[in-house]
Amino acid sequence: MNDTSTWVILFAAIFTNNILLANFLGMCSFIACSNRIGTSLGLGTAVTFVMVTTTIINYAVYHYVLIPWGLEHLTFIVFIAVIAAFVQFVEMFVERFSLKLYFALGIFLPLITVNCAILGASLFMVIRRYTFFQTVGFGLGAGLGWTVAILLMAGLRQKMRYSHVPEPFQGVPIAMIVTGVLAMVFMGFAGMVSIT
Amino acid sequence: MGNCSSSVCASVVVGAPAAGAACPTKGFCGGRGLATLKDGAWTFNPLAIQILGICSALAVTNRVETSLVMGGALIFVTVCSNLFVSLLRNYIPHRIRMIVEVAIIATFVILFDRFLKAFYWPMSKQLGPYVGLIITNCIVMGRAEAFALQNRPALSMVDGFANGLGYAVALVAIGFFRELLGTGRVLGYTLLAEPWYTPNQLMILAPGAFFMLGIIIAVFNTLKQPPAKEAKK
Repeated sequence: MNDTSTWVILFAAIFTNNILLANFLGMCSFIACSNRIGTSLGLGTAVTFVMVTTTIINYAVYHYVLIPWGLEHLTFIVFIAVIAAFVQFVEMFVERFSLKLYFALGIFLPLITVNCAILGASLFMVIRRYTFFQTVGFGLGAGLGWTVAILLMAGLRQKMRYSHVPEPFQGVPIAMIVTGVLAMVFMGFAGMVSIT
Repeated sequence: MGNCSSSVCASVVVGAPAAGAACPTKGFCGGRGLATLKDGAWTFNPLAIQILGICSALAVTNRVETSLVMGGALIFVTVCSNLFVSLLRNYIPHRIRMIVEVAIIATFVILFDRFLKAFYWPMSKQLGPYVGLIITNCIVMGRAEAFALQNRPALSMVDGFANGLGYAVALVAIGFFRELLGTGRVLGYTLLAEPWYTPNQLMILAPGAFFMLGIIIAVFNTLKQPPAKEAKK
């Protein structure tokens, strides 16, 4: 068991061990969807919601199904199946009960199945041996951290439209460089709290 | 949605569907093998041109050794999953093809993970969750979806190998420069000695990964005008 306090894990996951800027997870949708703040906020909310719920479900599945039956070698396939099934279920549920929410969040849901941050959070949960409350804290922190990162990026990219970027660097390369600068900024938080 | 509609994973389908069909040369696999090989490894390099699979490209490239292992893993997984998806392509119902592909890919990722854990435990420890994350690597899924579903098994294997190789080469290139600039040593050999070069620790930390990938993509952009770029804009 990991004896770090849940609050430490929550804040470390947002700032010092940001899932995107320190662990490089969820880069695909980060690069593809960080052009507008509105879009980014919607995607961030959806990611946070799915991340918290799937880490909780995967925690239960891992500790109450896979370990007692000695099936740890199936971890990957079970986790990805849980995530895909859950996302599908939420999409149908939201579409049925709240059309408004569906148009705000639902369109991002299919993108999330392939978001590696979601699977990554579940795998970190297993590797770092989190307890249940630590898992909740980590899922929430990682989701919020991802949202913060993509919002900052969207803000920067909106301004970047007015700057003269050298031609080979236009598009993805300059986005990577700006992300690098963001990562450096977040490294400033290092030393406050940390999780391993 | 707007800008999101051409999500990165979808762009692979637009990017290189006609791989191999473009310029038939005499050779293996009915003359399409070589063209497929070239398309996958160079013309549509998955990392530098199609910008796929950047998560693990950033995470494992702080050392050449880990980059090599990751590249090898990706070659193995893309070749095997492409082969099996292609073998089963006439039996997979269209509506559930995604989940079938994921299951096939996950099987080979698990095989590789078990192999690493059994024989190279320290390496497995270092790669951590990133071995499992090959499942969500867009390249593997993208090749299964865009190529293996339409082509014969042998050609699909060539395509898988080419894309895996292109990815691995890009990965090792990033790893080489990061380790060289970050520590002055590559694979245990000191190349840049201390008195006249001070290792820049930043390169092996997270920001260095972003800078290096940005620069490498920019270099690729200068070397040639990528066809995928117009499709994306």
